[in-house]
Amino acid sequence: MSPPLVEHNYMGPSGARSTEASSPDLRQTELRLGLPGSESPERKQLTLDLLPPSAKGKRGFSELKKDGGPSGDNLGPQGKEDKSNKGKLEEKKPAAKAQVVGWPPVRSYRKNTMAINPSKNKEDAAEVKQGASCLYVKVSMDGAPYLRKVDLQTYKNYRDLSTALEKMFGGFTSGGSANVEPTDLLNGSEFVLTYEDKDGDWMLVGDVPWEMFAESCRRLRIMKGSDAIGLAPRGEKSKSRN
Amino acid sequence: MKVQSAMFYFPEEVIEHIFSFLTHHHDRNTVSTVCKAWYKIERLSRREVFVGNCYAIRPDRAAARFPGLWSLSLKGKPHFADFDLVPPDWGGLAGPWIEALARSCPNLEELRMKRMVVSDENLELLGHAFPKFKALVLVSCEGFSTDGLAAVARSCKSLRELDLQENEIEDRGPRWLNSFPDMCTSLVSLNFACLKGEVNLKSLERLVCRSPNLKCLRLNRAVPVETLAKIINQCPNLEDLGTGSLLADQFSEAYVSLVCALQKCKKLRSLSGFWDVSPLCLLAVYPVCANLTGLNLSYAPTVQGQDFINLIQHCVKLQRLWVLDSVGDKGLTVVASACKELQELRVFPSDLFAAGPATVTEEGLVAISTGCPKLNSLLYFCQSMTNSALITVSKNCPNFTRFRLAILEPRKPDPATNEPFDEGFGAVVKNCKNLRRFSISGLLTDQVFYYIGKYAKALEMLSIAFAGDTDQGMTYVLNGCKNLRKLEIRDCPFGDGALLADVTKYETMRSLWMSSCDISLRGCKALATKMPSLNVEIINEWEAEMEENLNNGVAEVISNNNNKHFNNGNDDRKVEKLYVYRTVGGPRSDAPDFVWTL
Repeated sequence: MSPPLVEHNYMGPSGARSTEASSPDLRQTELRLGLPGSESPERKQLTLDLLPPSAKGKRGFSELKKDGGPSGDNLGPQGKEDKSNKGKLEEKKPAAKAQVVGWPPVRSYRKNTMAINPSKNKEDAAEVKQGASCLYVKVSMDGAPYLRKVDLQTYKNYRDLSTALEKMFGGFTSGGSANVEPTDLLNGSEFVLTYEDKDGDWMLVGDVPWEMFAESCRRLRIMKGSDAIGLAPRGEKSKSRN
Repeated sequence: MKVQSAMFYFPEEVIEHIFSFLTHHHDRNTVSTVCKAWYKIERLSRREVFVGNCYAIRPDRAAARFPGLWSLSLKGKPHFADFDLVPPDWGGLAGPWIEALARSCPNLEELRMKRMVVSDENLELLGHAFPKFKALVLVSCEGFSTDGLAAVARSCKSLRELDLQENEIEDRGPRWLNSFPDMCTSLVSLNFACLKGEVNLKSLERLVCRSPNLKCLRLNRAVPVETLAKIINQCPNLEDLGTGSLLADQFSEAYVSLVCALQKCKKLRSLSGFWDVSPLCLLAVYPVCANLTGLNLSYAPTVQGQDFINLIQHCVKLQRLWVLDSVGDKGLTVVASACKELQELRVFPSDLFAAGPATVTEEGLVAISTGCPKLNSLLYFCQSMTNSALITVSKNCPNFTRFRLAILEPRKPDPATNEPFDEGFGAVVKNCKNLRRFSISGLLTDQVFYYIGKYAKALEMLSIAFAGDTDQGMTYVLNGCKNLRKLEIRDCPFGDGALLADVTKYETMRSLWMSSCDISLRGCKALATKMPSLNVEIINEWEAEMEENLNNGVAEVISNNNNKHFNNGNDDRKVEKLYVYRTVGGPRSDAPDFVWTL
């Protein structure tokens, strides 16, 4: 009785389930980080490749997109995702399948040992993730006492990067105020994600296709929204800026 | 009354003699609470102590109470640490315990530790502080290297047992085996299967040669067939063997000697290892199969299909079997027909992403339950399960004491009916009255917890993941399971209402773990306030990760404006990881920055 080779999203509803149960359950599947002030029933703060698509999810970059400008390839489907959930899930390759931390409940010793000795049927997920090189860019956030370095090659699209940054810096957004949610970090209400490109210009993140961004990004900065006035999307770069 | 006054004059030696018949630590704990006299007699005559949570009592106090201690068993990190849910540097340090024992318990002979952090220095001290030391058992521990093993080997003159099970051991070369002194001839049990590095084969052979009492030997992957054959020839009385790499050519001398050697092993009862095993080498094992009571193939993904079937058919006395799901339902069906004495079965996933076709389903489990009515312990990872199968299994095997089922995909319903698994697991608790350990999975509502609370009266440990609907679920369990000792929950919608439903309950338990649930800081604070005898620990994941990143160089400090943001007054924040345990030791002094004891 072998099941068909359907991609399974551990974090989201399987095809057979009733949709009624799915929405509240998604909340429960969040890998929360215990960040202060971080509760939001609709918050989808996952660092998994397969995120449950939902119009309710506050994906930071979708907010940025409201201002217009060319969409990156990977952001295009954002608005349409909730209509074509299953199609989207089907497209993913096995190596990109979502993993829940600590599930299935197998001792890490056993997991590590089996990874060295993979069964002949399976792709070794570890192999897929390794790039030939990695490129660390510094990420700073206004007001935070730490700066982080991230390897852009470990992310495949803006959504992954956004999630990872929220995870890294979410704690600081609510440091002062009680009710700020980490998703506000990147949806434009308080903080804006910017990057310095290879020309030395500071640009808003999200305007260009992911690959182009990953190649030209030299460092990232999470700026206070008020400081970001005057930053132009790439399309307008040729015009002079104050 | 007369009887009481007679008791008053009872000589201590007689009481002590009576106590010597009480072997289980529960019973000894109980008699120690009767009166001061008995407490004193008991503590001075106690030889074995079990501490299920190393933070339940301060090491000094435990060691001082039992100066005559021979054997100590300790457990450190919460169980979910095995699955990477507890950040590194959380704690569970062996050092304070070994130091306390060194001060107060010079007669120590045995130390067993599980999920603890042991350093090479700790092992050095162990070697020097206890002249009678005989047995070291480390399970799922970390923090030490082969240098530490060398220290133990070198210093413990009458070492009998060195048992390393699934530890993370840093490999610093094969020298450690040389550290067993030439006059060391006392070894009975040696297990270094989890060592990843090379081994000095000559040293190993010499060690085996001078260990006439060797009964249990588990080698690591680096030991080739030639050496294995030589070793077995030296110890035909081996009872428990873990092979090294079982790879050999058909007409090689190594293979031939292996075959001959194995034929002489009349006392062999347990086999494990099978690293890289070729089908040919499996044939060599056939002669010993008929007497095997234990077989562990769980690190041998190549043993599947007909190879597995041919092997297992010979194992008619098997009581304990560990395999990978690559044997399939078909393999399990053969087990069911051949292994009528089977008591314990563990089926591990060969592919953690459940993408492949070769796994097991409810069919395999039903077959086993039909063919092996003595089954009492189960760990089963499967891609598919049904309620009706679970009901059948529970009726076929009412003797389960341990039942752990992990359906690989979280929240998956019964594919036959699209229903949750409440009825299936409910049947298990209803029919298996001796159930002590239970792990459940798949789509589950509060109903399953109603059943557990109502029927699982003997239950001591319950593991829940991705289950339940409301606080009522957890409350059923807390109210109903009278013997509950450990409760561990992840990714369930239980909130403060559930956490606070019966706070005194936690004093009757060893520990509670809750992660990715719906509890808030307010709820945890309330618990801590109401129950000062508990340690209520919150793990701040963000800080834990930051510490690790600073160590790995992917973070830098820009300013010293240290943001203790966790304590900014918003108690409605959700708590990601909570660990609550009863203790007489107070808040622990070794808690890292990211653990906050309320």
